[in-house]
Amino acid sequence: MQIVINGLDVPVKEGQTVLDVAHQVGIWIPTLCHHQGLEPYAACRLCLVEVDSGGRQTLAASCALPVADGMVVETDTPRVRQAREMIMQLHLASTQDSPRVQELARLLGIEQHGLARHGEWRCTLCGLCVRACHQVGADAIGFTYRGSRRRVTAPFRAQATDCLGCQACAEVCPSGIVVFSEAGGRLLGPHWHSDVRMINCAGCGKYFLPQPLAGRLQQLGLELINTDRCPECRRKLAGDRLATEAGRADGHHAES
Amino acid sequence: MDEAEVQDLVARHQEQNGRVTAILEELQQRCRYLPEQALRLVAGELGLPLAQLYGVATFYATFSLEPKGEHLISVCHGTACHIKGARRLTERLERELQIKPGHTTHDGQYTLQSVHCLGCCSLAPVVSVDSHAYGRLKPEAIPEVLTTVQGGEGQ
Amino acid sequence: MSVTDTLLESLRRQGMLTLYPDRVKIAVGRATCGLAAGSDRVYRYLKEESSRRKLDVLVASTGCLGWCQQETLVTVQVPGQPRLVYSRADEALAGQILDGVSEGVLPEVRLLGRIYADENLLSGQRIFLTGEPESDPVLDKVPFYAPQLKIVTRNCGYIDPGSIAEYVARGGYLALWKALQMQPSGIIDDITSSGLRGRGGGGYPTGRKWQLTRQQPADIKYIICNADEGDPGAYMDRSVLEGDPHTVLEGMIIGGYAVGAPSGIIYVRSEYPLAVAQLQEAIRQANEVGILGKNIFGSGFSFQLEVVKGQGAFVCGEETALIAAIEGKTGEPRPRPPYPSEVGLWGKPTCINNVETWANVPPIIMRGSAWFAGIGTESSKGTKVFSLVGDVRNNGLVEMPMGATLRQIVAGAGGGAGRFALKAVQTGGPSGGCIPANLMDLPVDYESLAGAGSIMGSGGMVAMDERTCMVDVARFFISFTQEESCGKCTACREGTWQMLHIINRIVEGKAVMEELEVLEKLALVVKDTSLCGLGQSAPTPVLSTLRYFRDEYGSHIRDRFCPAGVCKGLFRLVIDQDTCTGCGRCVEACPAEAVRTSRSEADQGLTTKYLIDQERCIQCRSCRDVCAYRAIRVVPREVAADADRH
Repeated sequence: MQIVINGLDVPVKEGQTVLDVAHQVGIWIPTLCHHQGLEPYAACRLCLVEVDSGGRQTLAASCALPVADGMVVETDTPRVRQAREMIMQLHLASTQDSPRVQELARLLGIEQHGLARHGEWRCTLCGLCVRACHQVGADAIGFTYRGSRRRVTAPFRAQATDCLGCQACAEVCPSGIVVFSEAGGRLLGPHWHSDVRMINCAGCGKYFLPQPLAGRLQQLGLELINTDRCPECRRKLAGDRLATEAGRADGHHAES
Repeated sequence: MDEAEVQDLVARHQEQNGRVTAILEELQQRCRYLPEQALRLVAGELGLPLAQLYGVATFYATFSLEPKGEHLISVCHGTACHIKGARRLTERLERELQIKPGHTTHDGQYTLQSVHCLGCCSLAPVVSVDSHAYGRLKPEAIPEVLTTVQGGEGQ
Repeated sequence: MSVTDTLLESLRRQGMLTLYPDRVKIAVGRATCGLAAGSDRVYRYLKEESSRRKLDVLVASTGCLGWCQQETLVTVQVPGQPRLVYSRADEALAGQILDGVSEGVLPEVRLLGRIYADENLLSGQRIFLTGEPESDPVLDKVPFYAPQLKIVTRNCGYIDPGSIAEYVARGGYLALWKALQMQPSGIIDDITSSGLRGRGGGGYPTGRKWQLTRQQPADIKYIICNADEGDPGAYMDRSVLEGDPHTVLEGMIIGGYAVGAPSGIIYVRSEYPLAVAQLQEAIRQANEVGILGKNIFGSGFSFQLEVVKGQGAFVCGEETALIAAIEGKTGEPRPRPPYPSEVGLWGKPTCINNVETWANVPPIIMRGSAWFAGIGTESSKGTKVFSLVGDVRNNGLVEMPMGATLRQIVAGAGGGAGRFALKAVQTGGPSGGCIPANLMDLPVDYESLAGAGSIMGSGGMVAMDERTCMVDVARFFISFTQEESCGKCTACREGTWQMLHIINRIVEGKAVMEELEVLEKLALVVKDTSLCGLGQSAPTPVLSTLRYFRDEYGSHIRDRFCPAGVCKGLFRLVIDQDTCTGCGRCVEACPAEAVRTSRSEADQGLTTKYLIDQERCIQCRSCRDVCAYRAIRVVPREVAADADRH
């Protein structure tokens, strides 16, 4: 199976998206709500490409466009560029101080938007946090309301009681909104009113693992990890064990 | 509603298609809104993440997380009604009830809302009070409509 | 198939007994329009009074005859006489009708027309109610009805929607019986060659959609009826569901058989409680006689139907959002491909069609695809039901052959605009555009409307006269789509907000010309980049009003003047002293006591004339609405200031 992307013939595999293929051959397409580890969402509209669809040229989100044999894709036509520019302006007008949004704007050569300010928050509603939380199986947060009132919150805008403390949301947020901190044996994520008990290390006493996360890992059957030792103590333990084993082995050699 | 009643409600809806919204609709009808405690129970009964159920509860216009009034007054702002002066009806109701659309009077009697299209376009402008539709309504007729509602008559 | 013959035959006989009883039958329109006009009181009165007066009268319910503004519609059928259709019935008229029944001479008051024969569209046969020559008015010749061709609405207003027997008596379920003896591929061929296209707005060829669904390899498939009808101003589907639910059921059972789906869902908006009730009752009756359920008509095909209610989200009229709603999620669309015919409800191949599309299936099967393809234009076959509303004399539902012109619909069936000149006709709801009055000879079919910058849509057709501000119309629609946007994609959520922001500034007289360019650019990008049909078509009202009424936008921006006299603060009303006849109707109509006599005229002892006190005037325009001489003028603020100085 093959597609033509920007005039280039590229062999492709079933199940790939046009964005996958673009990355493969080194063509840059701006993305905001895309993440390798998560299902495509197609909400930010930055990754649009021009594609022939039943005789008509349309714009489609490359992150969610499955490849089809003979597909012809263009990622940098005037139509695509005009769309990208206006979409970028819409992002700039509706988010404040999001590092990723500003970075993308710079890359696209857009200084400012010519629109009205709509929104005093950093959240781009990209949905990465929601999708990550769903993927790890916590579903502690979600989209609420709709249209201009759409927000990501924990239920009832109260404490996210299903939070595992895994911090996947903080990891994927392109705007740096979600910040976790530790205090007094608890992991706090004020953005979701998250408040989760930490387990402390049986070796050194340091708090190192959120308890609900430990519970979830056990549920998933991951018995490999000693959930009572922090990573340093675990390493030390392992090192001691190795040393003991090696010593015993040497001992044997020495004896024989 | 207490826990047993909620469990019973959920148990009565075993349909696969549209189960969640049917349950929420019945809950809304019984309580005039979706109480937080009930939603938590429903999520538990259905085995759904609370965040997902909360998302559904806030997405659809039929559902409300705040109690609605005894009487629901919906002014249609569909295209035909708009052209035939729906705004004047809303303004008159705002004056009579002293509330804006989307709100409920202090005494919990009336909730005023603007809706899009009740489907009676040929009789525009239309106001629906507790599912009774009044067609070809003039602003001057509103006080009488409110009196009728208070008196407990349907139409 | 003798079992089937017996079942349908017995239902048919039963239906005929109530359709044409041997005593007087009075039917009251009790669909939502009728109820909104007070038909329940009329119905109850007729039942109670006829009983009290010991009259042998059958009082029945029926759906909407289409001329909704004339509700409450009451039909009176005396055996051997033409059926009389009365309009705007109230208890007083009902009393007169009962008097007429006793005396043998029915009143001629508010008589819309007479019906001399009933056509059974499915069999092509006619039942003559009387042998007498026709005397006026004949209902079919009345301008509202004359140009119509009732296929989808063939039974509305003629049968009791709660009676499966009456449905069968008018030829119902014969198409199903015929279809179950055909091969599914043969049925799909018929639908394809008929040229039927999706009536929900998309206009996608129905046969092709069925074929795509059929050829998917899957253990389970679904068919769905999209009865979410969210377009404000459109209520055709509601009327069909309330007046003739069985035609939708029959279409769906045939469709299920053709694509290989064992069950179907009718997704109806909860704002239509009567339609929901009629559907559930129709399903119950069909189940009771075995037309739904296992081994229908002994064919081996089993089919189930259920109703799922929409909970207030216009976006759920979009196929993928509708599917998400049924699955218990929020109504967020997803990108396509894959299309629902490949991956739909619960991941299975799903065929979704609109109410009107399903309602066309039984007639096509009975009369044949060539018959259907012989109606309409080259690209658009059959008929379309339009809800003709707004500034037009005759408001209601009209079913016209595709290709009829706007003039034939609006000026013909609609009777034209009335005292104020027609300015535009809006088609397709919030996804559609405004066609200016100088294009009234435009044929109404999918391609012509698209070429003119609008769409067929679900069939909403709003007539707008010169009292309408086209910028206000654009604002109305954009504010609707903005509110109904699911909010998932940036293009629609932010784009429609920005467009509304600019239009608000325009109607408030705060905008500059550069903003008009930004508005147009935004509109084009939102159309091009939105994830789903809602966002893609939200800019259409803006783009079409910019195309045909750009000078009106210009007037709002450059001159801060709304020529139609709608946008508050951007106009004043003055009474032209030469045209004013002093009739005083404006004085009565004004709620702000802002009309007073022109002092100079009164002083000189000449005819009283009036003028508007600009201090008190609230610009509600009630005066202009009632002035029979067009003496009330809409002028810019500055001009009014001058005029007031006498």
